[in-house]
Amino acid sequence: MMHRLIPRPALSLALLLLWAALTNAASLGSLLLGALLALLLPHIAAPFWPDALRIGRPGLLPGFAARIVWDMLIANWAVARRVVGPLEKLSPAFVEVPLDLRDPFAATVLGSIVSLTPGTVSIDVDRERWVLQVHALDAPDPETLIRHIKQYYEQPIREIFAC
Amino acid sequence: MNAMIEFIISALILLGALFALLGSIGLARLPDFFTRLHGPTKATTLGVGAMVLASSVYFTATQPGVSLHEIAVMVFLFITAPVSAGLLAKAALHRRAAAPGKGADE
Repeated sequence: MMHRLIPRPALSLALLLLWAALTNAASLGSLLLGALLALLLPHIAAPFWPDALRIGRPGLLPGFAARIVWDMLIANWAVARRVVGPLEKLSPAFVEVPLDLRDPFAATVLGSIVSLTPGTVSIDVDRERWVLQVHALDAPDPETLIRHIKQYYEQPIREIFAC
Repeated sequence: MNAMIEFIISALILLGALFALLGSIGLARLPDFFTRLHGPTKATTLGVGAMVLASSVYFTATQPGVSLHEIAVMVFLFITAPVSAGLLAKAALHRRAAAPGKGADE
């Protein structure tokens, strides 16, 4: 019964939080409307989400988010220096990161995180070979980049999404 | 609004402007399409992030209640920016592979 009413608890919660942010959580009325939307929308969007998302360890999420924000600050600074510095020293490269995860949604999340941390843009997830194609602005040593992505981003994502 | 909050807001706006500028410099200076892609993604993450945060602090300080719209703006930006960057890169790779005489051999 509960499962039929709320097929995607995580999606419903995310929608409610987003609604609260949009309306500044101004009144009880708007929050109730948000709760109604959070219950209805997952049913309407169900065809787009063939597999329900399994969240293994949501407790890891805050630490992981903090880590990404921190990396973004550091990497932004590093890239900013390279952009104004001598360009000949850059060694841009296409890097293929072999993935251990096997979930399309988790792979998309990983790709987005790689794109958001400056210095790397994820181009595509190859779902046949499970390889993440990445373009790096300055990667003299691609192995280090691959290790960094796998250790700090892929590993936590696999634990959080249990895949 | 006290001086401390004003200082924080100014610092955030300046930081945001600085990174938007650096992103634009990158776009202008970097040599080829794929390296240029890195400039705008940077401007959206830290640049817009800092400005939007400044807006949140300003409206929380000057108006009753907390201003949370900005968080939604940030969430949408962070979801959409990688998608557009990825699509642009994919299209560029595809075009280069399709162009005669120029293989995607990198």
